[in-house]
Amino acid sequence: MLLSGSDIIIRTLIEQGVDTVFGYPGGQIINVYDSLYKYQDELKHVLTAHEQGAAHAADGYARATGKVGVVFATSGPGATNLVTGIATAYLDSIPVVAICGNVPTTQIGTDSFQEIDITGITLPITKHNYFVNSIEELADTIRDAFKLAVSGRPGPILIDVPKDIQIAKYEYEPMAKVTPFDPESAKLKRVSEAAEIINEAEKPYIYFGGGLVSSGAKEEMLKLAELIDAPVGCSLMGISGVPTDHPRFLGMQGMHGHYASSMSMNDADLIISLGVRFNDRATGNINKFAKKAKIVHIDVEGAELSKTVAASVALRGDLKCTLKNLLPLINKSEKKAWWDRINSFKADEEKYLDNREGLTPRSALLTLNKHLGENTPVATDVGQHQMWAAQNVCFKTSRRFISSGGLGTMGFGMGAAIGAQMATNEHAVLVTGDGSFGMCLNELATAVSYKVPLTILLLNNGVLGMVRQWQTLFFDKHYSNTVLNRKTDFVKLAEAFGAKGEAVTTVEELDKALTNAFNEEGPYVVDCRIDKDEFVLPMLPPGGSMDDIIVKVEK
Amino acid sequence: MKKYTVAVLVNNQYGVLNRVTSMFRRRQFNITALTVSETESPDFSRITVVFDGEERSKELLIGQLYKLPDVKSIKELHRSETVSCELMLIKMRNEPETRNEIKAAADAFNAKIVDYTKESIVYRLTGDSAKIDEFIELMHDYEILEICRTGRIALEKGKSTIRNVTNL
Repeated sequence: MLLSGSDIIIRTLIEQGVDTVFGYPGGQIINVYDSLYKYQDELKHVLTAHEQGAAHAADGYARATGKVGVVFATSGPGATNLVTGIATAYLDSIPVVAICGNVPTTQIGTDSFQEIDITGITLPITKHNYFVNSIEELADTIRDAFKLAVSGRPGPILIDVPKDIQIAKYEYEPMAKVTPFDPESAKLKRVSEAAEIINEAEKPYIYFGGGLVSSGAKEEMLKLAELIDAPVGCSLMGISGVPTDHPRFLGMQGMHGHYASSMSMNDADLIISLGVRFNDRATGNINKFAKKAKIVHIDVEGAELSKTVAASVALRGDLKCTLKNLLPLINKSEKKAWWDRINSFKADEEKYLDNREGLTPRSALLTLNKHLGENTPVATDVGQHQMWAAQNVCFKTSRRFISSGGLGTMGFGMGAAIGAQMATNEHAVLVTGDGSFGMCLNELATAVSYKVPLTILLLNNGVLGMVRQWQTLFFDKHYSNTVLNRKTDFVKLAEAFGAKGEAVTTVEELDKALTNAFNEEGPYVVDCRIDKDEFVLPMLPPGGSMDDIIVKVEK
Repeated sequence: MKKYTVAVLVNNQYGVLNRVTSMFRRRQFNITALTVSETESPDFSRITVVFDGEERSKELLIGQLYKLPDVKSIKELHRSETVSCELMLIKMRNEPETRNEIKAAADAFNAKIVDYTKESIVYRLTGDSAKIDEFIELMHDYEILEICRTGRIALEKGKSTIRNVTNL
């Protein structure tokens, strides 16, 4: 049938299984919004307060489901406002498709009103991007984008559609939903090399990240762990990939990782690395990282193998397929001595735990845990609260920890929590800090408009806590520009937005407030006051190794 | 630091060169020579890049280039297994006192005169990059007005091609 370009965009999205789009209209994408009006029964559009929020929402939607998140923005500032959101998705390998309007092709390159070279700007932060030059290629470009976004290592794709292409008419043929390129196992020769090393290991440690989550290889990994009797740890991006209370799970490792997890990794003679990229926050000083260990590294992205840490055996392939080929080659064994060692690390970790009475970051999150359901998505912003959440929140289901790992985007949480809530239809939680929340709290308006059931646990300490922590430890307590000292009343602020809120200063008050929040149909701000000098511990100093780990700080 | 020559087969579309060279910029490689041309198939172009770097960074760079959907195939071209050459145009000041000496050198290098005026002579020279360097070195004794070099182009010896090496 003969349709306008803007109708083709909407029809192709529906054809590709999209049910929700996040975005913000404007002059150069007005035609697409007109088509949205026409197809509003088939495709829900969520109007955010700012394009950045829309980008984070699409990202949160994708993280929670593995499906492609879709965001619309107009040309110029609309498009540039997506940049932080796209970069966030890129660094964490999240499948997002961003569709931007642009000025008509006849005006491209003339600096017309709200014209910007967004394909140029997003070149280094997209997996790929497209400038649609003709109506003929429009539908297939969108299909290609969907295929590419979820194939191999996922990532964000941007499509720039000039206004005249949105207006032009062309024959539209519905097509089937695209499927990702077939996942492939690593080469069998490499798989058997890996098996050999794994079978020889006495102190193996399985280390997984976001790649395991996106490959859906949890069961295969746990089978491997059973066979070789190994502990399992993860990077920040791996959190919620296995249930937090799994007996083999030691938690996140790295700069602020669980003591037992980081120590076991450091002590291991083999690290089986699954879908991780050995970021500096995970390794600390690369020259002192896990010196005793051989490394078997499996990743779908060849460019990640031996990028920062040299692998003994590097396997490029889909994790699920590769592990399936690997498992039959693995001998069953028990590692009693190794577990004695791990258990002693766990006992040490227990000793270092913060069990102070009263409202502390840890007690706040343990209180939150009591309110979480099996499938509750918990989003975070970035900073101390993010690390406390990573350490203390309990997850049962994969894809429920929604956090900006690679880019570390303050302001990510509000949009992402809204996206994750809409994707899962579960009551959602945002754990945030007063710094991060201040960046994108305008999305409270969105959450109110769409009655998003969202508990916002605001760990409010009046300072930029993570930077302050570094200033305390490494900059002689020069608290340069980290004391916010703002007069914001977050409860009144919530009310001004049409939401509810309450401030709490004790664990009992927090518990009650969370009950209220979880019973609420819309967003609910719990302003939880904590001390400004709380620390995220343990901590590997930047550039430090496990020998430098800080487990206690005398104040 | 070593010198590397890498051929990259890419989709023949606008913007692709930018994507490829942008990857060099992001990893802070300086490109010393670059040629781009359409290939035996109009769907693909071939980019030949010469750059200096460490072995490991070169490998990482190639890994990063493979991530680009427009990149179809990559081949590192080792000197012993490739034929390569370069083309140069060089414009010299034409003066009676130096004319014969320049001509003698040009003859020895098989450089052809492609433009001749009272004030200037343009020579065309092809050959491997080292030979061209040597000729330029000689010409420094006289007045060079302008130089333009294409950069190295290279093909593997024998029947193997870039299209049958990797991920096409």
